[in-house]
Amino acid sequence: MSNTDFILAIEDLTVSFDGFKAVDSLSMYIDKNELRVVIGPNGAGKTTVLYLICGKTKSTEGSIKFKNIEMTTLSEHEIVRAGVGRKFQTPSIYENLTVYQNLEVSYPVGRSVWGSLTFKRTPELSEQVRKIAAEVLLTEHLDLEAALLSHGQKQWLEIGMLLMQDPELLMLDEPVAGMSAKERDQTAELLNQICQNRSVLVIEHDMEFVKKIAHKVTVLHQGKILAEGSMEKVQANEKVIEVYLGH
Amino acid sequence: MTVILDKCFGGKQGAVNLAILAILLLVIFPLWLDLFRLGLIGKYVTYAFVAVSLVLLWGNGGILSLGQGMFFGLGGYCMAMFLKLEASDPISTKIQTTPGIPDFMDWNQITEIPWFWQPFKSFPLTVFFVLAVPTFLAFIIGYAMFKRRVGGVYFAIITQAIALILSILIVGQQGYTGGVNGITDLKTLLGWDIRTDSAKYVLYFINASLLIGVIILSNYVLSSKFGMLLLAMRDKEERVRFSGYDVSSFKIFIFCYAAMISAIGGAMFTLQIGFMSPSFVGIVPSIEMVIFAAVGGRMSLIGAVYGALLVNFGKTMFSENFPELWLFLMGGLFIAVVMFFPDGLAGVYRDHAKNFNLADWLIASYTKWFKKDANMLGDKV
Amino acid sequence: MFGYSMEEVGNIVVMQGFSGLSLFSVLLLMALGLAIIFGQMGVINMAHGEFMTVGAYTTVFLSKMAVEFDIVNSYFVFAIIAAFILAFFIGYFVEYALIRHLYKRPLDTLLATWGLSLVMQQIFRSTFGAKEVSAELPEWLLGSFKPTPDIDIPINGVFVMGLALIVTVGVYLFMFRSRGGLRIRATVQNRMMAGAVGINTQKVDRLTFALGCGIAGVAGAAFTTIASTGPTTGSLYIVDSFMVVVFGGAASLMGTIASAFGIAQAQSILQFFMTSSMGKVSTLMTIVIILMMRPEGLFASKVRK
Repeated sequence: MSNTDFILAIEDLTVSFDGFKAVDSLSMYIDKNELRVVIGPNGAGKTTVLYLICGKTKSTEGSIKFKNIEMTTLSEHEIVRAGVGRKFQTPSIYENLTVYQNLEVSYPVGRSVWGSLTFKRTPELSEQVRKIAAEVLLTEHLDLEAALLSHGQKQWLEIGMLLMQDPELLMLDEPVAGMSAKERDQTAELLNQICQNRSVLVIEHDMEFVKKIAHKVTVLHQGKILAEGSMEKVQANEKVIEVYLGH
Repeated sequence: MTVILDKCFGGKQGAVNLAILAILLLVIFPLWLDLFRLGLIGKYVTYAFVAVSLVLLWGNGGILSLGQGMFFGLGGYCMAMFLKLEASDPISTKIQTTPGIPDFMDWNQITEIPWFWQPFKSFPLTVFFVLAVPTFLAFIIGYAMFKRRVGGVYFAIITQAIALILSILIVGQQGYTGGVNGITDLKTLLGWDIRTDSAKYVLYFINASLLIGVIILSNYVLSSKFGMLLLAMRDKEERVRFSGYDVSSFKIFIFCYAAMISAIGGAMFTLQIGFMSPSFVGIVPSIEMVIFAAVGGRMSLIGAVYGALLVNFGKTMFSENFPELWLFLMGGLFIAVVMFFPDGLAGVYRDHAKNFNLADWLIASYTKWFKKDANMLGDKV
Repeated sequence: MFGYSMEEVGNIVVMQGFSGLSLFSVLLLMALGLAIIFGQMGVINMAHGEFMTVGAYTTVFLSKMAVEFDIVNSYFVFAIIAAFILAFFIGYFVEYALIRHLYKRPLDTLLATWGLSLVMQQIFRSTFGAKEVSAELPEWLLGSFKPTPDIDIPINGVFVMGLALIVTVGVYLFMFRSRGGLRIRATVQNRMMAGAVGINTQKVDRLTFALGCGIAGVAGAAFTTIASTGPTTGSLYIVDSFMVVVFGGAASLMGTIASAFGIAQAQSILQFFMTSSMGKVSTLMTIVIILMMRPEGLFASKVRK
């Protein structure tokens, strides 16, 4: 496969578990600064695709190129270091640490054993933490223990932790699950802001939310792409209505 | 100055607690106890090295090693091999068939010193091997296991099996290891008779000082970003991995570090007690060392020392007078600590003396460190 | 080879193989119980060996009774049942008093059950003495038959193996063909859901744990036919049994059988050619090295996480 301008190029990606193909020769391309939403019924392979990109699941066949670097052979932390950030479905934060510490742990300095032993806090770090905290609306809670945040705030904190890494591709698995309507709107605004200088890949069920953020939508069904394009185009697609939107 | 205080002593409270321990070990015990009892304390202090290693590994890292005894033993054996060679000079072993080799080799019809004993003729090499052999073994085990994401109970069982293998091997290879009796009749260290009263005092003080040093170093490790990541890995390993950290290398490091500390304890045991045997290597001693840390408080470096001292004091008392009661007590201790006092003595201390946060001082020191710097930087901005 | 002719080596392998079968049977029974508890519930039972000892002492005790009432030839079947029942009920109680409080803390369960094993060992010692005791075996279990003049096959070994296979088939039928087994498997796969459809998951846990302990009791009964029983008998088998479970892949019955067979055979055949300790060392070492390369065990299947 030749080099492309895409930030992420997935080609012929297949993964099978004991013969069952959860993802079946999937090809998908994401542009720089694009916000792509992947939708589809349960078991369509959405989360598996995300796992494959971030290296948690190893592919059976096919290639994933991020900035033209092959990702399928790298381990998770190498993929993160290459510039891919990944948010878990349920908020995964360090409950016993403060918001400030949560953001600080994610700061991409002192990532080696020796680096972490000799790590010193710098003004740049503090500045970065405050900047990100402002973006994810947590400035007032910097000293609060993360366990005390609301569910929505925990989701934001995890997004903030990813932003600390300054990734070029950010992947979010159902970021607004369990959020109030107001929090959903705020999150949509946040995502629209975030994707101004990076690409974002979102898995989501909430169609209202998808409408607010998606540049382009990919519909997955049984490990394959059913449709791809703008929200209007996908919503009008008969096959999509049949397997997914119809009910 | 405050940074050093926080980083190496665990904050003001930690420094006070450490000072109390140091005074107890270095002043009160030597003044109060006779040499025999002080020797017992010295023995317990060597176990405390292992207990401290388990606070790092298990309490903070969530990695339960049931094989710490083998690192203790390997450190002890390396030291014992050097002392044994020194004690086996041709003159004092002239009644043997082959003079100049350790007595148990002679009894097993071995006529020359095997190759892997050769480096232990040199003291600098011996010191190197005391630290390097256990660390290297830990590295191999850690590399194989952590790179493949083996953890939790699997790791515990496999380290236990390896401890069993090593102890059977030592017992079985009598001619090379001294077998079930171990390596005994150790006399001098570089010509200095370690059996004299003055030597015993000197070794006791070296031992206790080394322990204090190890605690200070470990405080530093725990208060650094490494320590925070260790806790983060224990509670949310995946998140740490997806923040771009190579989780396995952190675990390998802390496992190697814990092995090295344990080995120092083992080497000091050999020097003070004058022998080393497979009874410190196998399953039972390894798991007993876990209970020292558990009784003291799995999160508290200093608590672990008290745990080691208390449990062993109890063991000496009871197993001499009521050997039957002791196993009940020991078993009950395992159950009670886990069920009712998961934070050990340090937790009880914390709950009953709110101003003396012994168990919390680790966590508190992180918070303090971060908050202070945050405020400091905040002022500048 | 080691100074033996090929024919002698063949005979040695056959005879050691049969003595390995006794070890295989005991390991298999131990590992079955452990695998049920560990593989299905994620609980490490370090006192499992002591449940085997419970079964062994039960059998020894009943054999003494049998001598008095002169029913030595028929008591053994009852002894097996009694061993199972006693170990089952002790396990039931232990789950209630100890294990159920620790389900979320597997490492702590490991330590607590180790404490339990110390207490149980001391109870054995205080009750039955530190000396090893043997069961009075019925006559039909003694002796051996000789298919060729150079090969001796002990009958007790064959009996123990038969017992192990019956129990294994029983466990298989229970787990995969009965409603009780279905409840256990449902609880393992989705505890919340199992609770939601009306399965009393607490009760299932307790019965599963008790069942595992009961099988260890049967292992103890089997054990009395091949060796004598002491307070620490069980603890000698605990590491080997864990290795069998882990090596076989915790959730796979076939894996457990195969790995029990492999480990027992390797140990007893190697022990003949090397010293007994080196035989054990090389077997365990091989397992550990294989486990380091393939930590999920030999028979684990790839699943979608």
